[in-house]
Amino acid sequence: MEIFEPHKPNLDDYLLDNAYDEMFAGPDQLRSHYQVLMEQFSALPRAEVERRKQAADISFLNQGITFTVYGRDEGTEKIFPYDLLPRMITAAEWCVVEKGLTQRITALNLFLKDIYNEGRILADGVVPRELVYSCKQFRRHMIGLQVPRNVYIAVTGTDLIRLENGEFVVLEDNLRVPSGVSYMLTNRRVMKRIFPQMFRRYNVRPIEQYTQLLLGTLRSLAPEGRPEPNIVLLSPGVFNSAYYEHAYLARQMGIELVEGRDLVTHDNVVYMRTTSGLRRVDVIYRRVDDDFIDPMSFRGDSMLGVAGLFNAYRAGNVTLANAFGTGVADDKALYAYVPAIIKYYLSEEPVLKNVETYLCARANERSHVLANLDKMVVKAVGESGGYGMLIGPQSTQAQREDFARKIEADPRNYIAQPTIQFSRAPCLFGDGFEPRHVDLRPYVLYGDKVSIVPGGLTRVALKKGSLVVNSSQGGGSKDTWVLSQ
Amino acid sequence: MLSRVADSLYWMSRYLERAEHTTRLLDVNLNLMLDEPQTSADRRWQRVLQALGIPRTTKFEGDAFALVRQLTFDATMRASVLACIIAARENARHVREQISTEMWQRLNSLYLQVTRPEMQSDMHAEALLEQSEGPTEFLQQVMEGVHQFQGVTDSTMSHGEGWQFIQVGRYMERASATAMLLEAYQTELWTKQDALPDSNEYLEWMGLLRSATAFEAYCKVYTADLAPDWILEFLLLDPDFPHSLRFSIDAMQHALEAVQDVSGGTRSDKLGRISGRLRATLSYSSVEEIMSGDVVMYLREIQMQCREIHNAIYELYVDYSIQAALAG
Repeated sequence: MEIFEPHKPNLDDYLLDNAYDEMFAGPDQLRSHYQVLMEQFSALPRAEVERRKQAADISFLNQGITFTVYGRDEGTEKIFPYDLLPRMITAAEWCVVEKGLTQRITALNLFLKDIYNEGRILADGVVPRELVYSCKQFRRHMIGLQVPRNVYIAVTGTDLIRLENGEFVVLEDNLRVPSGVSYMLTNRRVMKRIFPQMFRRYNVRPIEQYTQLLLGTLRSLAPEGRPEPNIVLLSPGVFNSAYYEHAYLARQMGIELVEGRDLVTHDNVVYMRTTSGLRRVDVIYRRVDDDFIDPMSFRGDSMLGVAGLFNAYRAGNVTLANAFGTGVADDKALYAYVPAIIKYYLSEEPVLKNVETYLCARANERSHVLANLDKMVVKAVGESGGYGMLIGPQSTQAQREDFARKIEADPRNYIAQPTIQFSRAPCLFGDGFEPRHVDLRPYVLYGDKVSIVPGGLTRVALKKGSLVVNSSQGGGSKDTWVLSQ
Repeated sequence: MLSRVADSLYWMSRYLERAEHTTRLLDVNLNLMLDEPQTSADRRWQRVLQALGIPRTTKFEGDAFALVRQLTFDATMRASVLACIIAARENARHVREQISTEMWQRLNSLYLQVTRPEMQSDMHAEALLEQSEGPTEFLQQVMEGVHQFQGVTDSTMSHGEGWQFIQVGRYMERASATAMLLEAYQTELWTKQDALPDSNEYLEWMGLLRSATAFEAYCKVYTADLAPDWILEFLLLDPDFPHSLRFSIDAMQHALEAVQDVSGGTRSDKLGRISGRLRATLSYSSVEEIMSGDVVMYLREIQMQCREIHNAIYELYVDYSIQAALAG
């Protein structure tokens, strides 16, 4: 008979480098909040860990938690990879994150209101006018438009990373249609089922209220005089990579999942086609990009949008969350100005800092970037999801030359940041722990007030040494546990 | 319920019903072919094509297996079993959130079964069709898959508006298919009025009944004496047999009434009128009356009415004009 010996996880491959390590403060110095995790894991027989891992796999598979990878064979669906070890954030750390995000989102929202109305910040020269007006995401259609409660960015997912000293900094603001929140919720559900004891021993703050908060946020933004608003989620359809998430959120909120062809506009009112006739729509949580949402106002070749939607929005008969044109504030070049924006509107020092950023549009910074391409991460300002990036230390000479040409040709379109060793957290490989780079995307809701569920999506670069956490580039995810004390 | 969702559920159901019907027709006829002289093959397969409503451009070229292969595996032919299952699954995928997980899994695994890469290769399809027991096993799997899907649909999905649209689609397809099947057999059935058939004709009529899964049920009512007018009566007018036209139209009408109750309003004058009329025609007819007139015309009239009902459903629930909806 086989006897299951409790065993400590194998740490032979757990080598520390200069990146901040989430679990170890130094060699053999376990951080106190990872103590219980170590104990629990050591007490579990190896076969039991394996069995639980399989149970989790099956759980993900059956729920069809997949995403689509673009640019490969049509319809390549992949299971979203995940890691079994939770990433932990202490109450004190979370307190800073929460405060910093609230501050940042409040300021960015004020910024959007300002640039689409009086433009004070531009007149005062804090943010260069040409930077805003040359941004592809700037929508002149929005100028002078009053949006409900002055909220432009109802839902955001800000990407944070930790520097070598453990400090959280903002890597990217996602103010358009951030995704991934369904993975955050599903990860938690799976983890609770797999590690109930460990979950109980840690006092983990709950996140399950997210969908209800989201619904409340959307409801609070309904046009005036619509006390029982009809809220819908607008999805591009089954071929979109995040369709699973759209369907999941609609189901969890109990709202209708619609596509562009389900909606019609008449006299600047939006309706959805139902078997009982047309039904008025009041709030649209849209997961379709600006460009595609209304073929009459934006891209004429869009098949995903609703003709006349923008006019209905201008007329105040329907609310869109997020508003149009929010992308101007998460432009990667504008990012460099966010600390100044926070100071300008709130007269406060930013709680969460930025990563040092060079704008290729500025001649002296551009020459510095071009001279140090092998040490930098270069990003195209309009791209997301890890596309259009150069990671200097891992690039070839040819790639660097290619990027240098692109930067010279269109400097406004590129920014560069020093390569940052963002923090590493333990991941389970076989029966051992190995460190992998992680980031954190908390989700911020902004309706009648700002609310953030304690947690977020921890994305992990599962490939050894890789710094790219995007799911489209071989990244995975982990459950994120914010501890109550 | 969103109109698009109703549309997808309706077509998902129709396509599956069609896949099942085509599969059974092929299975029955391949089986009957074993007992018949080569000379009648031509007539048989032309009739199969007619019963499936396949355009005259597709012809029987003398090779039954080639034809069956085409009707089963040719995804470019819209009426093939494979194309129907792909279309049903695609419709289900668009409304994945509206159907139960069990339904999705059942349909998806049927789809994976018929689209396995080796199924696509001609060689395998050929081998499959020419092995000793013929393609029977494969065809049986498809029929079982569809039956299981219908079972989980009934037992795992709420019998609300969506489920009712599934019923409408299923019985609409079944009613049209049965009417077309009877029409294709008309020369055999009603040109000769002799009392007792010879052995070949006996097989043909048994084939007709089995194409509608009706042989056993028929025997329970009329015994194994196969008489043309009884067969017609059974497949047209039997109130209890689920593949008879009358049963299908009753069930469809029932589902339409349920849909109307849920979606509310008195908007459906026209739809209620034309579907009620068809139902009454079948409920209050006798086979003698029908046979005293032109049977083929009668069957075509039913098919036309089915199309009219389909159009009325779309006009009312799916493709309605915005102006009319705003006025109403």
